[in-house]
Amino acid sequence: MSFPWAKEYNPSQPFMVWLDEKLPLPRFVYNAIGAGYPVPRNLNYMWNFGILAGFALVLQIVTGVILAMHYAANAGVAFDSVEHIMRDVNWGWALRYAHANGASAFFVVVYTHIFRGFFYSSYKAPREMIWLLGVVIFLLMMATAFMGYVLPWGQMSFWGAKVITGLFSAIPLIGEPLQQWLLGGFAPDNAALNRFFSLHFLLPFVILGVIILHVWALHIPGSSNPTGVEVKTESDTVPFHPYYTAKDGFGLGLFLLIYFAVVFFAPNALGHPDNYIAANPLSTPAHIVPEWYFWPFYAILRAFTADFFFIPAKLMGVLAMFSAILVWFFLPWLDTSPVRSGHYRPLFRKFFYLIVIDVLVLGYCGGSPAETKYVLISQIGATYYFLHFLVILPIVSSIEKPAPLPFSITESVLGKDEGAVLTANPAAA
Amino acid sequence: MAEEAIIDPAHESGEGVRRRDFINIAAVSFAGAGGIAVLVPLISQMAPSADVLAESSTEIDISAIQPGQAIKAVWRKQPVFVRNLTAPEIKEADAVPVASLRDPQSLSDRTKAGKTNWLITMGVCTHLGCVPLGAGEGEVKGEFGGYFCPCHGSVYDTAARIRKGPAPKNLEVPPYEFTSDTVVKIG
Repeated sequence: MSFPWAKEYNPSQPFMVWLDEKLPLPRFVYNAIGAGYPVPRNLNYMWNFGILAGFALVLQIVTGVILAMHYAANAGVAFDSVEHIMRDVNWGWALRYAHANGASAFFVVVYTHIFRGFFYSSYKAPREMIWLLGVVIFLLMMATAFMGYVLPWGQMSFWGAKVITGLFSAIPLIGEPLQQWLLGGFAPDNAALNRFFSLHFLLPFVILGVIILHVWALHIPGSSNPTGVEVKTESDTVPFHPYYTAKDGFGLGLFLLIYFAVVFFAPNALGHPDNYIAANPLSTPAHIVPEWYFWPFYAILRAFTADFFFIPAKLMGVLAMFSAILVWFFLPWLDTSPVRSGHYRPLFRKFFYLIVIDVLVLGYCGGSPAETKYVLISQIGATYYFLHFLVILPIVSSIEKPAPLPFSITESVLGKDEGAVLTANPAAA
Repeated sequence: MAEEAIIDPAHESGEGVRRRDFINIAAVSFAGAGGIAVLVPLISQMAPSADVLAESSTEIDISAIQPGQAIKAVWRKQPVFVRNLTAPEIKEADAVPVASLRDPQSLSDRTKAGKTNWLITMGVCTHLGCVPLGAGEGEVKGEFGGYFCPCHGSVYDTAARIRKGPAPKNLEVPPYEFTSDTVVKIG
């Protein structure tokens, strides 16, 4: 694995020795998240969120598989079966609230993880593949979350399904037949509900597969760190276990406190009351918005109100919304600065905070009714969003004078690096 | 800065219990107890839900059942045989020496006092759960005149006691009571 000084798995018990010869699974775990994986010694709590995201996925899979034991994916009974879960199934209310809020928790954690990547430029070489796989995971998460939201078959479910599949109808020529194909009908009904359930069950396991690739790709260069300076010597690292298992464990405890506070005391705070009304194809709720985690992208979708040359506004909004995420795929090549960490990039740092604010403003507008002022703010916000990635980042990268970097991780932590002095100046030894 | 952070070696490497051992054990046990507590909802969600438990009693009108006839009712999604025994059937059941039976029970053990003609049993073979024949009109009653299970050949007598075949027990008598002369409440 990554560094030559990584500890080797060395079982002492006869059974473990025997197992290691036949199936070296304990060795694999040891090298992945055990003492055999050397990790930079200076990771801060922003490096907690990968593990938290993995935990959130497992949480969603466990609660989701259980909910599927009690849920019926049939348009005639789906809504009632969710109420059956809430009222009749032992602990059903807890499992459903855990799953619904688990989706929100998953997105909170993943957005933090992504913005950690933005600030510390975790997407830069040699870690581009980790980043690209991460964007794939995020897209899969969005699809999974959307289809999961349709399953309770309430008003927001139904109209969410209609509106989101309506995005595809914006595509010229094939749009309308494509939407009908996606839904298996002219409006969401049993066919759509059944396929959404099937895919909602499948996709988390696809996500799990891509996460395995994501972590595999991570273990080749090893974890990045807050200085952005690569690991040089053994003194720059500590073994993952017990140092980061303990640190991640503490972070997980904090996460669980907040998560369960929401599950038990405000389980519907992030939901919409209209979804407790059974789906009605004849009446759209007055204020229809997606779940909060889609709001920034929803704002970009709604920002396009006028035809743009020969492109209709509807298509433009859809293209912009998808491009808002697809642009992340090009990030490793748009940001050309050789310095990774935002700590040493004064100009980049200012723009980082601006894009955070921009996304928050977009999110706020996306969750608000489609009134003129919110649409106007969305238009400004969406313009800035694309300016940031396509124009500002490349320019900043080329004109910025970065602050001096520490020689090594050890030096950044201890103020000096004895080993590094020896390496850097052999004559002194 | 780092030098100050070094913990007193006497505490760190000394004999006996270190402070870190205590923190370690406390943290891991707390997490372990929490993990075990999580199993409660994960396991009990598979137990019968409230709507299933709400089906746990059924009332049956038995006024139309003539001597020699039987009906199949449903209790907890399972068949219940309600049989109005004829006098010869009662006599036949009483004539069997109880001690000779695989599951020794007399007819009066299996019916309510004063209502020995009303034989109420589950229609579930005690072998592997098939529905025995003999309650419906024209069904085979087996060589002892009670019930016959077609799956693996268990034969029950007129008191629905196992007489032959692989079943270990008599057909189960569910908890029931007569709420009037013509209505039985099962469960």
